[in-house]
Amino acid sequence: MKQKTDVLQGTLALMVLKTLDVLGPLHGYGIARRIEQISGDLLAVNQGTLYPVLLKLEQEGAVASDWGASQNNRRARFYRLTREGRKQLQVETQDWEQTAAIIGRFFEAKAEDLS
Amino acid sequence: MKFLRRFFTRLRNLATRRTDDERLREEIEEHIALQTAENLRAGLSPVEARRQAMLKFGGVEAIKEDYRAERGLLFIENLMRDVRFALRVLRKSPGFTAVAVVTLAMAIGANATVFSVMNALILRPLNVPEAERLYQLFRGKDKAGNQSFPDYLDLRDRNRSFDDLVGYGATEAGLDTGANPSSAWVLLVSGNYFDGLRLQPHLGRLFHPSDEQGANSAPYIVLTHTYWHTHFHDDRGAVGRVVQVNKHPFTIVGVAPEGFHGTLVFFSPDFFVPIVNQEQVEGENDLNERGKRWIFSVMGHLKAGVTPAQAVADLNSIGAVLEKSYPKDDNDMSFTLARPSLYGDRLGAPMKAFLTGLMLLAGLILLAACTNLGNLFAARAADRSREVALRLALGAGRLRILLQLFTEAILIALMGGTVGVLGSAVLLRALSVWQPFTRYPIHLQVNPDANVYGVALLLALASGLLFGAVPVRQVLRTDPYEIVKSGSLGRAGRRITVRDLLLGVQIAICAVLVTSSVVAVRGLVRSLHSNFGFEPRNAILADTDLRMAGYRDDQIPAMQKRMLEAVEAIAGVESVGLVNPAPLYAGSVSGLVFTDKTADLRPANAAAEVFLYKISPEYFHAAGTALLSGRSFNWHDDKDAPRVAVVNTEFARKIFGSVTDAMGGYFKRDDGTRVEVVGIAEEGKYHSLTEDPQPAMFLPFLQSPSSETWMVVRSSRDSQQLAPAIRNTLGDLDSGLPVYIQAWTKEMDHPLFAARMATLSLGVLGVMGAMLSITGVFGMAAYSVSKRLKELGIRMALGAQRKEVLQAALGRAFQLLAFGSAAGLLLGIVTSRVLAFVVYQATPRDPLVLGGVVFAMCLLGLLATWIPARRALSIDPMRLLREE
Repeated sequence: MKQKTDVLQGTLALMVLKTLDVLGPLHGYGIARRIEQISGDLLAVNQGTLYPVLLKLEQEGAVASDWGASQNNRRARFYRLTREGRKQLQVETQDWEQTAAIIGRFFEAKAEDLS
Repeated sequence: MKFLRRFFTRLRNLATRRTDDERLREEIEEHIALQTAENLRAGLSPVEARRQAMLKFGGVEAIKEDYRAERGLLFIENLMRDVRFALRVLRKSPGFTAVAVVTLAMAIGANATVFSVMNALILRPLNVPEAERLYQLFRGKDKAGNQSFPDYLDLRDRNRSFDDLVGYGATEAGLDTGANPSSAWVLLVSGNYFDGLRLQPHLGRLFHPSDEQGANSAPYIVLTHTYWHTHFHDDRGAVGRVVQVNKHPFTIVGVAPEGFHGTLVFFSPDFFVPIVNQEQVEGENDLNERGKRWIFSVMGHLKAGVTPAQAVADLNSIGAVLEKSYPKDDNDMSFTLARPSLYGDRLGAPMKAFLTGLMLLAGLILLAACTNLGNLFAARAADRSREVALRLALGAGRLRILLQLFTEAILIALMGGTVGVLGSAVLLRALSVWQPFTRYPIHLQVNPDANVYGVALLLALASGLLFGAVPVRQVLRTDPYEIVKSGSLGRAGRRITVRDLLLGVQIAICAVLVTSSVVAVRGLVRSLHSNFGFEPRNAILADTDLRMAGYRDDQIPAMQKRMLEAVEAIAGVESVGLVNPAPLYAGSVSGLVFTDKTADLRPANAAAEVFLYKISPEYFHAAGTALLSGRSFNWHDDKDAPRVAVVNTEFARKIFGSVTDAMGGYFKRDDGTRVEVVGIAEEGKYHSLTEDPQPAMFLPFLQSPSSETWMVVRSSRDSQQLAPAIRNTLGDLDSGLPVYIQAWTKEMDHPLFAARMATLSLGVLGVMGAMLSITGVFGMAAYSVSKRLKELGIRMALGAQRKEVLQAALGRAFQLLAFGSAAGLLLGIVTSRVLAFVVYQATPRDPLVLGGVVFAMCLLGLLATWIPARRALSIDPMRLLREE
């Protein structure tokens, strides 16, 4: 149970960082929409899980937040990437690509390659 | 790093929780509003749009919970909530809180006080560098600490085990700084004393071995920091001043470091003088006398790598050589080592035993308090079983409920501990400035230090956990369904519960304390009225040392005679006698005596070691000592007349076999003089009140003069009026003579000190024990009555008599009281045998003791059950039954 949320949180956090990197400052709903659009149904339900992740990132200093006005002129909390967040994104992207490459190679390997 | 940063942010968040909750709520609202708008645009109905948006968002509460967990420190937050809740609960029942806090405060306070004294006297090392390697030498089977100066020099120079050996003697001397002459306490120290103890001066310089250039070669003074502070007002110009010690000029060369007052923890001398100047300070030169063991203590640091056993072997081999070289003076020269702070085992052993005993008792009190509070907590937990059941039914974990109860317990423990430590700090401060004997520089420096506070905190926490744990089983077994259904279960238990047992043990402990304090008080009262061999009532002691005013040799007895005559002439004085030293005075003097037939006067051949008093002819009359046969001395028993003595009956029995044989018989003293027994006096107490009959002899002061002068002035006049008259009379004779005047009964404080302290301590502990038992029994009885209120009401409605109601309500409490008291009384009688070592004539075989204890325990029971009994009797069955 705990394990699963951690994995989800980890990937979610990376997605949040990438989203903010690409689109600039966004409020929670905007981030959720964006991730939904790209990832399909990962966030189709339980969009709320995004908020604890945002808080964690903020506490780590990867994102910062301010109050601002949303498109329908309501008060909304806008999140933006900090310099540290950008660094973190770089490192984690690399890590991720490395892991993905290894796993990918692992799956492609055939029985005769391993012998 | 990341973790740390998050931790601190979380810590900060604890304070800003409310605004954060607000922020999340707002964000969620906004999120859902935006999603709803999106859904509306997609063509959903407003209601459906919002429903879909909420579905998509997920469980709001779960997310809030996640969010909170992410943000703060759940544990601390819960703890704070528990503390707040506990404070609220405790505030709601101030009576319970007060009783619990006071109970614990007393127990913790008692422990902190006793521990602090123990810490100061036994545990804390001496205030000198490397105290852990500092050992004092003790000689022979009796472990005597005193040595002679030549022996000290041989030991110092021949040993290979100590870095250095230092020695000192203590005495009183007259100090004249130009203002009024006063007597002060002096340590005569070896030249290497300060260097050997590795001390640095606070001001000026200290002594060094190079100061010692033969007798009276070093007329220097080093002041203790305290004396410099109190008598010279921190004047840096004091160094270099010349003052008069016993009418000899001495130069103040320095001030010892702050906090150093010699190596005996409770003795605070005023200044230090080199030992080679003994003659000027003490009036005699014993530097070459191998048989005179006036050096009070010899000590040194063991060399690195030398074990105490090796050092003892080294010293013993030197001792063997000394025995062979000086058979007349040195025998039994084997050595042991011990700590100097309490003079080895001499004072250390009884002090340790006494303090350990006290600590044990204090521990018992704390245990009793915990039992008590455990009972109260269990009772409260039972009273709150509905609340607990409700919380369990609503899904609270049992762990959370237990934590809540423990929080309450720890909170009470901390409050009680704080109050207790504050109380004990006040007490200890008073104890530290207290001077039990005005005549002597005895100080107990027992101010609490960090150790004491640490121990008190640990004790408080431990007891909190202990009594907090009592209701654990009860909570774990709670079945919410049963309790909510049927209300509190007033099960009338016939079984003896653990709680009953605990209370019984507590009553027994209390009875032990009450028994031993009654035994101690009885013993003390009896010892005040026992026969000391003299009558301290209606008598005044005036003491001085003629040496302090510069008297020498033949001047001394002449002056003493003049003083006696002058004081006798004061109106209202019945008789005046001179004695040196006053019996039962801390510094008793003894000498060896031999039978008349003994030719070889080496110490091993001595017939007895006897107490020795030098008296004037009128002494027996003035002191109220009965002369059983023969005569007292007269003024013709002077140094030209044959040597005579009056001995006590024990002396007569021990040396001569019987009183009749002793009269007119002869014995020898260690210098070979033959002494004739001319009178027999009654036995008395000489060294301590608890001693067995001891042999003693009285010698005429004209034949064995000494400058120390104690005058016993018998008069029925009030001592308050008489004292100034005596002071003036003596002042007229010599204005430079410091005199100390006190009622003899007051002087008896010294021999009675140990017994009084023991009695006082036991009394205090006894009262505490009694109070604890009262709260314990009260708690139990009150609980039992309130639990069985309904049952009692029904009984009364059915026609039960008052007696039966009381029996039903309080029977168990009374049973416990009876059994507990009986067990405690028996145990107390056994333990109070130990008391006989401290308190003279302490015996439990005494109807008054038995009666006193039974009476005290009955009174205690009555006090404890009075209110619950009243409540049980005032039950109105009609109203009670209507209520439910």
